[in-house]
Amino acid sequence: MLERYLTAASTYAHWIDYQFLLIAVLVGFWLILAEAVMFWLIFKFRAKDGRPTQYITGEEKQQTRWITIPHFLVILCDLVIIVPAIMVWYNIKQVLPPPDETVRVIGQQWAWSFQEAGPDGALDTADDIRMVGELHVKVNTTYHFELMSRDVVHSFSVPAFRLKQDALPGRTIAGWFRPNRVGTYDIQCTQMCGIGHAMMAGRIIVETQQDHAAWLMRNSNPAVAEQRDPPASATDGGLTMAEMRR
Amino acid sequence: MSASAKPIANTRSATGIPTARLITWWVIASEIVIFGGLLASYIMHRVGHPEWADAASHTNTWAGAFNTFVLLTSSLCAVLAHKAADGHDGPKAAKLLRLTSLGGLIFLTVKGFEWTKDIHEGFVLSSGGFWSFYYTLAGLHGLHVLAGMIIMLIVAADAAKNQELQRVECIGLYWHFVDIVWIFLFPLLYIAR
Amino acid sequence: MSTQVVHAEPGILKKYFFSTDHKIIAMQYLFTGMAMALIGGFFAYVFRMQLGFPNQHVPGYGIVTPGKYNALVTMHGSIMIFWVAMPVLIAAFGNFLIPLMIGCDDMAFPRINRLSYQIFLLSALVLLSSFLVKGGPFGGAWTAYPPLSAVGAYNLTPIGATLWLIAVALEFVAFLLGGINFTVTTMNSRAPGMKMYDIPLVVWMIVLASVIFMASVGPLVAGAIMLLFDQTMSTGFFDPTRGGDPLLWQHLFWFFGHPEVYVVLLPALGIVAEVVAVFARKKIFGYKTVLYTTWAVGFLSFVVWAHHQFVAGIDPRMANIFSVTTLLISVPITEMVFLYIATLYGGSIHLDTPMLWALAFIGEFMIGGVTGIFLGSSGTDIYLHDTYFIIAHFHYTFVPIAIIAVYAGLTFWYPKMFGRMLNETLGKIHFWGTVIPFNVIFIPLFITGTAGDQRRVYSYAQFAEQSRPALQHLRTTSTIALLVMLSFQLVFLFNFFWSLRNGKSAGANPWRSATLEWTVPSPPPHGNFAELPTVYRGPYEYGLPGRADDFLPQNVPE
Ligand code: HEA
Ligand code: HEA
Ligand code: CUA
Ligand SMILES: [Cu+2]
Repeated sequence: MLERYLTAASTYAHWIDYQFLLIAVLVGFWLILAEAVMFWLIFKFRAKDGRPTQYITGEEKQQTRWITIPHFLVILCDLVIIVPAIMVWYNIKQVLPPPDETVRVIGQQWAWSFQEAGPDGALDTADDIRMVGELHVKVNTTYHFELMSRDVVHSFSVPAFRLKQDALPGRTIAGWFRPNRVGTYDIQCTQMCGIGHAMMAGRIIVETQQDHAAWLMRNSNPAVAEQRDPPASATDGGLTMAEMRR
Repeated sequence: MSASAKPIANTRSATGIPTARLITWWVIASEIVIFGGLLASYIMHRVGHPEWADAASHTNTWAGAFNTFVLLTSSLCAVLAHKAADGHDGPKAAKLLRLTSLGGLIFLTVKGFEWTKDIHEGFVLSSGGFWSFYYTLAGLHGLHVLAGMIIMLIVAADAAKNQELQRVECIGLYWHFVDIVWIFLFPLLYIAR
Repeated sequence: MSTQVVHAEPGILKKYFFSTDHKIIAMQYLFTGMAMALIGGFFAYVFRMQLGFPNQHVPGYGIVTPGKYNALVTMHGSIMIFWVAMPVLIAAFGNFLIPLMIGCDDMAFPRINRLSYQIFLLSALVLLSSFLVKGGPFGGAWTAYPPLSAVGAYNLTPIGATLWLIAVALEFVAFLLGGINFTVTTMNSRAPGMKMYDIPLVVWMIVLASVIFMASVGPLVAGAIMLLFDQTMSTGFFDPTRGGDPLLWQHLFWFFGHPEVYVVLLPALGIVAEVVAVFARKKIFGYKTVLYTTWAVGFLSFVVWAHHQFVAGIDPRMANIFSVTTLLISVPITEMVFLYIATLYGGSIHLDTPMLWALAFIGEFMIGGVTGIFLGSSGTDIYLHDTYFIIAHFHYTFVPIAIIAVYAGLTFWYPKMFGRMLNETLGKIHFWGTVIPFNVIFIPLFITGTAGDQRRVYSYAQFAEQSRPALQHLRTTSTIALLVMLSFQLVFLFNFFWSLRNGKSAGANPWRSATLEWTVPSPPPHGNFAELPTVYRGPYEYGLPGRADDFLPQNVPE
């Protein structure tokens, strides 16, 4: 259902979409039922002279029935909703599948900067690739991200991945995603972070293995990395985690 | 209309609890959640930061203990004042209330000395987590002591003329509350290591 | 006994500005609330224009810069909740109705009551004054998350932020005083014979709301003090680099913030209950059950707060607990809504304007409610958090509450307040002109939300996915609908003030209602009851079998 409005480009995007659909169907049914009953009653019992109103306290058994039965049905619906909801949550936020790659994401007023391992596949080494506002990832690869903030609370959001996680100053928050569709997708900041909040955009570029390898070669040369280094606003994407924790 | 003329609403008592006492309890209830929130936040941080203990060790436990004693005795006076009021002895109640607020005055004076000492040693509101909480908690409590004293003197003035004696009990209740808050603050700020 | 003696008529100034009469104070709250509603509505107009027609000169305002946009949104949210919903629903209706409905002459503590309004007025002035200071008003969202709200270098509105905080704190004090007064009055000052279950639902709801407010606001008051010190005394309560914790504020805020939404919901439900009972000529279906569900909601509302923080960096395991409690709370509310609908059964429904508003409330609120379920289930909230889906969700709850239910109450009690009837035709025009555009404003926002539009953003130019023309069309539609809705508010304002003079006079009980406020002349004289009433039965005795008259007032002996 959600996919009609926005492409899904990560493995767990579909889990969320299905969960959304499930809820939509269940509460949608109840909503329509409730509204229908209400309008029907308004019509059926509209004032007609000569028809006295009935005196109903709603306290007797056979009357309360009309509330208690829906009551338990709604509890049932809630159960049907909450169980998969928690499963989705558990698999996205609580357990992290073993990573193929790890990237570091740093938010600051008002830009996202990223630190990826160079060819040596290890973070915090000379050939790391640091970029501002642009993250290159391989399709069908499980990424872990280490999310941090330099100043205020930001929120790292990739709608196409159905990924969202606040970045807190003084903490490093881990998460994961697995892109499954090549393309370029938006990165938003979804936490009010000052006047630049609306400009705190980024792009995440999902590439085939080959394209990504080529891109790596192009940028991993430290010299290149230097000149590619972010402008004043966001000098060097890579404080070490120790620094970040302070 | 004269605002002071009590409306009938004020004189009724559907619950059987006198209106004055009822509102006092509600005021106290709403104060409890305020101090509760602040204390909870403090305890949370304190648990998370064992290093605050040595900051806490700078506080003067004896001063704190003495103040606890002062407040307790003043609370006793408040109780006696209530007794006197029940016995319709306004003047006596007034005397005891003034004694109670004297207790408050001593409390604040001691606090004053403590704080000047702390500040001279360079511990101010902004010198680290513990001190921030120390001054905020104690400061907020101190304000309540001050407010209590002022109200108490006003009530005493009326009571001396045998007016509004029901208020003697209420301000007493409030004073006990301020007292109990301190009973919590003292160990948490001074003793806890 | 006659109360008139005690209360001789005061002079004009004393009467209207320094009065301790609960009815005058109610009016003061009402008109202040309406004025603030116009301001809040105007801000909505300005930033909606920016969203609908990006970067164009907004008539009556000018160009909306990012900084201005943030400030407008923040002020809109704060004003609508703290300076419109609270004063109108709780303070205005509470002050006007409680003494009249429980059959006494005033609040138990009239001067505390007056003080409460004066502090409230001050808080409003402090807030508005922030438009005049250097840097302008605070723009860090009504949730004011630190460090943004704590550090001037981050929010660039150091003075505005502090003024906002002080204003909110003062507002809390005002409503603590008011709420305590309501609670004590209702507990102690009821007319002889009025037992716990003879109290009209609206009084119950306003008092319970006040109690919930009182119990939840404390920690945030503490938080406000801490944040104030962080702003002005360079403490580090919420500063991670100095042993503080930004999440602490979020917990303190939402521990209040969630109960708060029910604090405004309950009075609205109360108003609707009264109106539905009168115009369906029916006893409320399961009066006691309504109360039980209300208590359940009140209790549960204290254990769901972290559903606002699912992705805020809290321990992910915590989310599961709060997800469960959040779905749980939907059960009593569902039940309450169903009870209201069941009340319609077997009635004879008169669709006068107040009833239209009341029914609209039920119909619209359900939409807002069910969309809360999407957010309550942690899995889907990962995606929906801080999108326009949430904006649409809570406007489908707030607008029914603060606008629709308020109009229901105003149109219903207007005759009692001012002694004259509102014009029915204008009323119906205003009704349709408000409710239809309202849906056209916010249904598109549900769609843009599910399509990923994030909140508090003045322009989506930076975001390819959000810049799709289809989405921009939806935003524009929404804005145009708002223009229509706002223009129809003029009909109400005209009707409101025109009828003060020209409405046909109402008489004591135009709606043939059974509760006590209708047993006194309209408007009620100072001191309300010439003869203080005694109560013999519950508030909703309509359509009693075997009686000529179809209703039996609470104060009439058998
Ligand atoms: C008075 C206002 C009001 C009310 C009544 C509600 C009611 C509810 N709200 Fe809402 N909410 C807000 C105002 C309100 N909310 C605001 C202002 C925010 C945003 C704050 C911000 O971030 O700025 C918010 C945000 C918000 C969030 C956080 C989203 C996020 O930030 O990520 C969540 C998540 O759980 C939530 C859930 C709910 C739920 C479950 C209810 C329930 O109480 C709803 C229960 C009602 C019903 C369910 C409808 C009636 C029942 C039926 C028609 C039968 C069918 C139902 C079922 C089968 C379940 N709300
Ligand atoms: C009670 C609460 C309330 C009410 C009624 C409204 C009413 C409206 N709100 Fe708002 N809104 C909020 C509470 C409310 N809002 C909050 C809390 C936020 C979040 C802020 C944040 O993110 O920090 C928000 C944010 C918000 C946004 C998101 C901005 C963003 O994130 O970028 C938008 C966007 O369209 C919006 C639009 C509207 C519109 C079009 C209305 C229209 O319905 C307004 C129409 C105006 C009127 C109908 C007023 C007319 C009144 C009279 C004529 C007087 C009679 C009235 C009385 C007697 C009370 N609101
Ligand atoms: Cu960063 Cu919003
Ligand atoms: Cu909530």
